[in-house]
Amino acid sequence: MGAADEASRSAVEAAVREHHGRVLAVLVKHSRDFDLAEDVLQDAIVSALEHWPRSGIPRHPDAWLLQAARRKAIDRFRRADTSRNRQDELTRWLEATAGDSEGEPEEPVVDHRLSLIFTCCHPALSEPSRVALTLRTLGGLTTTEIARAFLVPETSLAQRLVRAKRKIRDAGIPYRVPPAELWAERLPSVLAVIYLVFNEGYGATSGDRVTRGDLCEEGIRLGRTLHELAPGQPEIAGLLALMLLHDARRGARVDGDGNLITLEDQDRSVWDREKIAEGDRVLRHALAFGRPGPYQLQAAISAVHATAPTYDATDWREIVLLYRRLFEIQPSPVVRLNEIVAVSFAEGPEAGLAMLEQLDGIKDLQRYAPFWAARADMLRRSGRVDDASDAYLRAEELTQNEAERRFFRERRDALGAETRD
Amino acid sequence: MQYLCLIYANEQEEPKPGTPEGNQHFAEYGTYTEEIQKAGVMLGGNALHSVQSATTVRVRDGKVQTTDGPFAETKEQLGGYYLLDCKDLDEAIAYAAKIPSGRFGSVEVRPVMVFDEE
Repeated sequence: MGAADEASRSAVEAAVREHHGRVLAVLVKHSRDFDLAEDVLQDAIVSALEHWPRSGIPRHPDAWLLQAARRKAIDRFRRADTSRNRQDELTRWLEATAGDSEGEPEEPVVDHRLSLIFTCCHPALSEPSRVALTLRTLGGLTTTEIARAFLVPETSLAQRLVRAKRKIRDAGIPYRVPPAELWAERLPSVLAVIYLVFNEGYGATSGDRVTRGDLCEEGIRLGRTLHELAPGQPEIAGLLALMLLHDARRGARVDGDGNLITLEDQDRSVWDREKIAEGDRVLRHALAFGRPGPYQLQAAISAVHATAPTYDATDWREIVLLYRRLFEIQPSPVVRLNEIVAVSFAEGPEAGLAMLEQLDGIKDLQRYAPFWAARADMLRRSGRVDDASDAYLRAEELTQNEAERRFFRERRDALGAETRD
Repeated sequence: MQYLCLIYANEQEEPKPGTPEGNQHFAEYGTYTEEIQKAGVMLGGNALHSVQSATTVRVRDGKVQTTDGPFAETKEQLGGYYLLDCKDLDEAIAYAAKIPSGRFGSVEVRPVMVFDEE
């Protein structure tokens, strides 16, 4: 055995997590039983944490874990009673390990993670279940970690996982990569789960910010995996690019006290240039397919911001055009609102305010804090201080987010200073 | 696996028998039933009379209580069902999506419980 170097505990833990999804995917494929697969993988992980710090991390950690997990399964079935079902199970596991060599595995395991992700994100499962299951199985996060990140009690999260796994079994949700004709229907649900994981971390201004920030890393990691497994899907690449471009600016958008910093006031030297370059590269790869979708367009908008040298030098006209394209595919009032904000910079606040009036009839927007914040900002820029103050107040009342509320209040206070000047 | 597809629709909004729309609706069900029979997935299925014909029966303290009407008053009423034999939920969803009433009503897909026989 070559790798006899000692490995640090954290390196071992990282390796285990890195390979969790890959190993579990094979175990579920073999057993069609999520609980059993998780249990025997857990046993194998315990062995790895014991052995690897002494013997070094094996050359193919995934194959090592798989071999160990299968042996744990065999042990379980040998110890259990000898009913016929159990015997059949034991035989199947023995067959699966028949080709294993005595020494360390020479080959990595066959990748079935696409089947795993499509099963965990099946539209017959509720969205919170899809998110929890994906993070647990593919991400290898513990129930405690997921519960903490999503600010839900651990018992509820554990229940959610149990119910989701039961539904997969009882309803006969297939464990497979959907056939080509189903991708258009099924992929959005997978992408939505990954983006939700990312946004939960990105939007986090409350709770344990460090832990929740990890969700951004996790979302990107899942996005990378999916992009690697299906590089010919432009929307997957679009989502990965979008997350990278957003994440590149994460460090600049909140100050030390948890206060939000607007794009305008962010210190652009803090932005992660490497991530921006990578996001840009992935986006180009996506756009080359000539099949733009909502994630690619949002990534393109983010790229315009990320590559602008200063706020004033932003190509607002390009952003307006991109939002218009996005609205054609995704005609939501929020997309329209963003387009109008871009117009207010490209053509001036009066042009933006005139367009905003056309949205006045939409009830949902009237209760949407960013609508009032955008209006307040345009009013401020056109010198209508009193109207701006009222609009900020509405935004303050409507937001659920404490950091946002503080931000709107400060803006409103600053208006007072402007009038006194 | 066996799946029971329960077909719910608002009886007021359904195409009326005897009208051209009603006739077409009826014909679509005929075509659909033929398709699933040919595919070998149909185990059974029936259309039900209107909920106005429903009777709900409960037994409390050994006494039979009979009431007029459905078990629950809902906007959409159970109007029929198919029992299908499919290899997994995806196949069941694909067949459920072709049930004509799905275009204005809803189809609830429920796996049938299997008990081990020993």
